[in-house]
Amino acid sequence: MRRYVIRRLAQAVGVLWAAYTLSFLVLDYLPGDPVSAMAGAGMDSSVVDPARLDELKKQYGFDKPVLVQYVDYLSRALRGDFGNSVSTGRSVTSVIADALPQTLQLTGMALLLATLFGGGLALFATYTSQRWLRQILLSLPSLGVSIPTFWIGLMIVQLFSFRIRLFPAFGNDGLRGLILPAVTLAIPTGAMVAQLLAKSLLTTLDEPYVQTARAKGAGRARIHLGHALRNASLPALTIIGLLVGQLMANAVVIETVFARNGLGRVTAAAVSIQDIPVVQGVVVFGALVFVLVNLVVDLIYPLLDPRIVVAATARRSPA
Amino acid sequence: MTDHRTDSHGRTDSHGDADSHDDTSADGAGGIPTDGHSGDHDGGRNSDHCGDHGGTGAGLLAIRGLSVSYRTRTGPLPAVRGVDLDVEPGEIVALVGESGSGKSTLAHAIVGLLPAGGHIDAGSVRFGGHDLAALSERELRAIRGARIGLVPQDPTVSLNPVKRIGVQVAEVLRIHRLATRRSAPLEAVALLERAGLAEPEIRARQYPHELSGGMRQRALIAIAIAAQPKMIIADEPTSALDVTVQRLILDHIQHLADEFGTAVLLVTHDLGVAADRAQRIAVMSQGRIVESGPTAQILDSPRDPYTQRLLRSAPSLTVVHTAHTVPRARTSPSVAVEPSVVAEQSLVVVDNLVKEFPLPRTAGGSARTLRAVSDVSFTVNRHETLALVGESGSGKSTTARLVLRLVDSTAGRIVLDGDDVTAARGARLRRLRRQAQIIYQNPYASLDPRFSIKEVITEPLRAFGVGDRASRTARARDLLDRVALPASVLERRPAELSGGQRQRVAIARALALAPQLVVCDEPVSALDASVQAQVLELLAELQADTGVAYLFISHDLAVVRQIAHRVAVMRAGQIVETGPTDDLFTSPRHEYTRALLEAIPRWSQQRQAAASPSSGRTPSAKA
Amino acid sequence: MSRSLAADPATRAGLEPQVEATAPTPGPRLGVDVRRLSRFFLRRPGLLLSLIVVALVALAAFWPTLFTGRDPLLGVPADNFQPPSARHWFGTDELGRDTYSRVVHGAALSLKATLIAVAVAFVVGGALGLVAGFVGRWVEDVLMRFVDVLLSIPALFLSLALVTALGYGTVKVAVAVGIASVASFARVMRAEVLRVRQAVFVEAARSSGTRWYSVLGRHVLPNATGPVIVLATLDFGTAVLAVSSLSFLGYGAAPPAPEWGTLVSDGRNYLANAWWLSTLPGLTVAATVLATNRIARALDGEWANQR
Repeated sequence: MRRYVIRRLAQAVGVLWAAYTLSFLVLDYLPGDPVSAMAGAGMDSSVVDPARLDELKKQYGFDKPVLVQYVDYLSRALRGDFGNSVSTGRSVTSVIADALPQTLQLTGMALLLATLFGGGLALFATYTSQRWLRQILLSLPSLGVSIPTFWIGLMIVQLFSFRIRLFPAFGNDGLRGLILPAVTLAIPTGAMVAQLLAKSLLTTLDEPYVQTARAKGAGRARIHLGHALRNASLPALTIIGLLVGQLMANAVVIETVFARNGLGRVTAAAVSIQDIPVVQGVVVFGALVFVLVNLVVDLIYPLLDPRIVVAATARRSPA
Repeated sequence: MTDHRTDSHGRTDSHGDADSHDDTSADGAGGIPTDGHSGDHDGGRNSDHCGDHGGTGAGLLAIRGLSVSYRTRTGPLPAVRGVDLDVEPGEIVALVGESGSGKSTLAHAIVGLLPAGGHIDAGSVRFGGHDLAALSERELRAIRGARIGLVPQDPTVSLNPVKRIGVQVAEVLRIHRLATRRSAPLEAVALLERAGLAEPEIRARQYPHELSGGMRQRALIAIAIAAQPKMIIADEPTSALDVTVQRLILDHIQHLADEFGTAVLLVTHDLGVAADRAQRIAVMSQGRIVESGPTAQILDSPRDPYTQRLLRSAPSLTVVHTAHTVPRARTSPSVAVEPSVVAEQSLVVVDNLVKEFPLPRTAGGSARTLRAVSDVSFTVNRHETLALVGESGSGKSTTARLVLRLVDSTAGRIVLDGDDVTAARGARLRRLRRQAQIIYQNPYASLDPRFSIKEVITEPLRAFGVGDRASRTARARDLLDRVALPASVLERRPAELSGGQRQRVAIARALALAPQLVVCDEPVSALDASVQAQVLELLAELQADTGVAYLFISHDLAVVRQIAHRVAVMRAGQIVETGPTDDLFTSPRHEYTRALLEAIPRWSQQRQAAASPSSGRTPSAKA
Repeated sequence: MSRSLAADPATRAGLEPQVEATAPTPGPRLGVDVRRLSRFFLRRPGLLLSLIVVALVALAAFWPTLFTGRDPLLGVPADNFQPPSARHWFGTDELGRDTYSRVVHGAALSLKATLIAVAVAFVVGGALGLVAGFVGRWVEDVLMRFVDVLLSIPALFLSLALVTALGYGTVKVAVAVGIASVASFARVMRAEVLRVRQAVFVEAARSSGTRWYSVLGRHVLPNATGPVIVLATLDFGTAVLAVSSLSFLGYGAAPPAPEWGTLVSDGRNYLANAWWLSTLPGLTVAATVLATNRIARALDGEWANQR
């Protein structure tokens, strides 16, 4: 078990390092002239003073070879220093740290709603014996993943803020301000949860061990909740990292729609003015969250599925 | 042995009684005490029967005119058509048929556990005063598990993987309120012991994946007998298990049935198994019961032509008719295999072959290896069939693939036709590919679904650049003719052919390059019994015509006896015994060979031992 | 596409008669297929509708004049903020431009971006997966670790990083979106190649002397591409959403040019007084995505049945 934990930890660190390297390649190496882009970003006019350019180049180390730059950046990143925002001059770490609580509230609430309603929908749709009801319920998730998030947000604002004036359309004020964006954000994620869990439940209900349970005389509820749900939610658990990543990414759009302050707004703004250090910080942060969530899932998975240690070893043995 | 069983029975029964009297309203529970106390099984059965559903007069289960169909996009597809079947209390009835005959559908229809789309169209299922076909789902639940137990087909997938064995056994008792939350775990352990599991306390705490297939099937038997049902439906209970385990499981089911007077409906494709265990046999084909009657009558004087055919080709009964077919298949090669010329005649020589697979590191352990094949040596002579026999996991298939260089050996030497091919590459490897071909177990998987039959058969010719397009097609036509398929299948896809037809195509492909050696990896075990016999005969004929040598991999001794000249028995990666087929069957030297031979149903052994078929001997009389 | 759909009932019919395993007799195929095809679609009106929607979008992208004669860029200031009517189906915007014609003309840009995105993902991801699955060993390890890293960065973040590096514009956004879904293509392709490579019929081909490139070309690729094509159909919807999200955020085409995401974004400012400006272009996007997803599901089912 300790070996398992250590191996997972090492993998997580490796992925994180590679993600950083990738972001470095894309953001610092790919643009032909990041410095003039940055210089342009900080100023009003498009005319850039050559002296300022040189100064910036020195400051960001672009006069050195790429490899030296990379090692330099990496060693600083390891100490938690991702550089400073080009536009405000504040450190990237503090920019992210300041914006994070708002986004955590939003995504946390959305994840809760998505799991509750998505999972509930899947359970109920596979439980009901009414054919037509099942058909309708099972077609809802595919609707949810097909509709653009920003559009859902706009429609919700139109309906609940402008027509019936139930919730504020914009801003960060308290729980009331949180509800509309969280619901919007939860719709695509909840739809994904529902799709996956429903599919998994339907497969599981066809398994021979469910037949065994029926042969014991077990009722529908016992079969559904006692036998199928736990087995069916195991595959759903493995994509939770992906879901959280998707939630954070969608927050960029949702926070823009609802004019909420948060990490998403910061990201959108940074992309608009090509504030490379901030974008890089956000990308690496996204990878960090993904890796952490997956690490937690990996560590609790063996507790939920007794086969997992065996399966992990069997995967690589010859077929 | 018997003492121990009755002892455990008595003990657990008193638990069960106390609880069932306490909190159950099911009338079935009332019958159990009389059954439990009576020492005489027959007496117990009868009194139980009368007391339970007196008045009906009929047996325990009476199916009348039952029809079941599946809903498909193209309309309803009948699976069971107007079946009548009776099971008396305490009786073992075997329902025999090939795959697709509707036997499993019938068995599941009894307790209303049809798969999605299945529907009972007509008929009645009288059981204990109810018509099960007319009961609601809720009413059926009171029958399932409590009055009728089910032993499923494949024990490896029939237990919930995330629940402990004990909990799953106890669940039956909890559902039918036969035990309290406190008493259920203890009773589960007792039931596991009664189902023949050693160390039941430990097993109860384990998860299914920690148990072997045979142990899981015993756990499922414990589930089936937990509520002391009047009847157990056993749906091919052993077909997923190794032969030596099969017999133990069937023995145990029979033992339990005798002990408690439980009726058993044994669904099986193997007439030999049915003959061994059942008092009565019902033969099913295309959704109908074509013949039913006492076991001896079905076996000795079958009336229906289908039964006769099934009898001739039943997997474990083929020994009966090998006496007729083997000499013909053997005539020509046996002349060639004179002991004096054997040395020059050897086509394949395998010396001290070893194959190790690396096992992944386990917690705290260093890297280990799995020795799948361990120091195996054998020789295949020209024009000869050498059979490699063993249970699953014995390394026989790996050995075959090593010979063909589809996997590389860890150590040892392989010589084909005087050429050491152990590490052959390039041109020499291609020479091996040309001389040695393979026929796989599963004809559904071994043909590319996108290829036409012509493309399948001509693929080896194309690979070696033999002839032009027209001559290759002509060769394919010729090969199809040899395997008795019409030329019209050339343009078909594999999906349009039946299993037997596909296996014939695979044989045609293997013979396309006129190889000297064909490895047959369980070539008939995926086929229905009646098709098996035909394919085996075809293989024997082709050998007589072309002089090809076979390395024949099989787990089925009966099949081997029909086709092999010599047999090598494999176990745990090693060959334990090699010898001419007849010697090995009549005087096996190794104890494992004897165990394998004993696993063949007794009835067929009797048949084989007796010069003429004995009449009227039932298995119970023998046992 | 329609051919493979027509094969659906045929393969089913071939699979289902478990009772009799006789081969079906070759009959007059064409007539049967037309009848089966019509029955197939009559049973699935949603699928039929989806095909029509996708066909309309494709037509609008290539021949917008088929649908509207109006200029999407030319506004009539007097006619601004007209609600939907017979004259202006989707109403008009703040400059009096016809929203319907802007949506129709926007199809070209949006579809182009989507196709580029899917093509990038399909080609790059498919190649990675094919090489990883077929070559194996350390090559597979290196490529799949790379894919794991791509997966660890949320797709939209990766696209945003690429947009930051590459700059704005429809094509750049499309490439950014395509690269973000390379990972899933690589994974599916590799899984399929591995599955097919381990299939018994591939070993059978190998053991009968077929060389590796014939095995790859004749057995592995044809049998492995099915699920990847399904994924491409599914990814089409995802790409439409991602492209429109990025253009909604303002990284797409420059202002006057109509693009679906931009249209929704522009309408935001008039939510209170001109609901149609955001609503109707958004509905178009939703309908397109729904339609392609429905088609992907049909293809998926068909592939599943074929196995």
